[in-house]
Amino acid sequence: MRGRVHRLTVAALVAFACFPRAASATLGGDASSIDADRVRMQGALLRISRTDTFTVHEIQSATGTAIRQYVSPSGTVFAVTWQGPWMPDLRQLLGAYFDRFQRAAAASRRSRRGHGPLNVDDGEIVVQVGGHARAFAGVAKVPRLVPAGVRADAIR
Amino acid sequence: MTAIRPAFLALALAGAQSTPQCGSSSTTPTTPTPSTTTLNMQSVVVNSGPNNDYVNGLFTSVTVCVPGTSTCQTIGGILVDTGSSGLRVLSSALTINLPQQSASDGSPIVECAQFQDGFTWGPVRTADVKLAGEQASGVPMQAIGSPSFATIPSGCSSSGGTAENSLDTLSANGILGVGLFRDDCGAACASSGSSNPGFYYSCPSSGCRIIAQAPANQLQNPVWMFASDNNGVMIQLPSVASGGTASLTGSLTFGIGTQSNNGLGSAKVFTTDAAGNFTTVLSGQSLGSSFIDSGSNGFFFLDSTATGLPLCPDTADFYCPSSSKAFSATARGANGTTATINFSIDNADTLLRAVRFSVFGELGGPNAGNVDFGLPFFYGRTVFTAIEGQSTAGGNGPYWAY
Repeated sequence: MRGRVHRLTVAALVAFACFPRAASATLGGDASSIDADRVRMQGALLRISRTDTFTVHEIQSATGTAIRQYVSPSGTVFAVTWQGPWMPDLRQLLGAYFDRFQRAAAASRRSRRGHGPLNVDDGEIVVQVGGHARAFAGVAKVPRLVPAGVRADAIR
Repeated sequence: MTAIRPAFLALALAGAQSTPQCGSSSTTPTTPTPSTTTLNMQSVVVNSGPNNDYVNGLFTSVTVCVPGTSTCQTIGGILVDTGSSGLRVLSSALTINLPQQSASDGSPIVECAQFQDGFTWGPVRTADVKLAGEQASGVPMQAIGSPSFATIPSGCSSSGGTAENSLDTLSANGILGVGLFRDDCGAACASSGSSNPGFYYSCPSSGCRIIAQAPANQLQNPVWMFASDNNGVMIQLPSVASGGTASLTGSLTFGIGTQSNNGLGSAKVFTTDAAGNFTTVLSGQSLGSSFIDSGSNGFFFLDSTATGLPLCPDTADFYCPSSSKAFSATARGANGTTATINFSIDNADTLLRAVRFSVFGELGGPNAGNVDFGLPFFYGRTVFTAIEGQSTAGGNGPYWAY
């Protein structure tokens, strides 16, 4: 388990190195990246809140979209949510999971039978996006990394 | 609900009046006529669309012309979308050469438009847009997927989903955004620096960069640029039986209370917040980001836990309950107007087994944080979309009325 988390962290750091215009910490990455990253993203840390099972770092992006990063007690970002007028930089937020997300989104297109919200679940990553220009909301999580005891409706 | 019977009468009229508009593939020069007699209605159809894969897709035809000329093209299979503003047409569907919009340095302007399931990328062109007997002149529109701008900037592909730049990925020949707003982005895209959400790019040969684009130069909802009937649209569709049907025919009427055929009647007005949303109370939750979107193909709301509806085994996009389940939502506009919206969700896998059907009133799925009243909401209703800043007998837009 620790080994897997460590590999993910390395992957996330590699993703950071590839995308210097960082917008926020990455899914699967470690929490220490959040603060350094916030400085680069020209956003503002709104608040940090803690529960028994996780910590939430809430950042306001420069475009006005609120981004919440859910961090496990072991320091891993296991979920990211956003709500605001414009889509956040998902390549940055999803980090090493971004390519996987795009492949899953493309694969789910046929079953959508037209346009509507995006609901991707490829067994490893779950991503939902809804809304319209001026008001988007979304959630991305890696269920495998979600600490035990965290209810699904706690991530929003 | 009481509006259904008059709606059917109007539909019969709509079909009769608009047949010459939609059946015709060429345009004839028209002389200006007083607004009171302008043909303001055209037919719309719910079918599988030009890619033959759509369910609950609302399609119509649009005529685009090289500005100030009679060089025109009528394109069918255009998705009617109250959830966006502006006209977008697949580059591959355009046979006439529409002029390219340029930045102050002469570089072409290319747009990356964000949608909930993906993005469209393509140059901004200018056209005269004709719908029914209405005309909007010099309208900035998007030519989606132009081979002249084949490289998608990473900042665009980072905005979510996948590129919807071809018939196979868009499942339509274009999108007619007749939503609540005059332009497709607004003040945010006119700003400089990191607050700009990155819809508009200047693309010299050396590569694309995000630019500040004034609202008037952004993609425009063509309706508000009409000489008359320019304060919004009215969409009427007949009701649909459980289990669905093959196709539907209805009407798209321009203007609200501007002619004898587009009055609000008994419809209630629900004003929105600045983002175009109202509040819905549903399954014990109050959801402030609710909208009416003819471009979405179902009712999309909450999740399996909150609704008690399991997802389909083969797709996370739709609910698959063992039998149809009824919901009662309360919509509340920013103006405090409330209404009860009753709808049902049935098993999507079972419904979609009817392969010759393209219309399903009981199709629904989950949604992260929003309530998306998609096209099934329009079945059996008359729905008005009033444009921001435009005056109507029901007050100024933006609002929905039904």
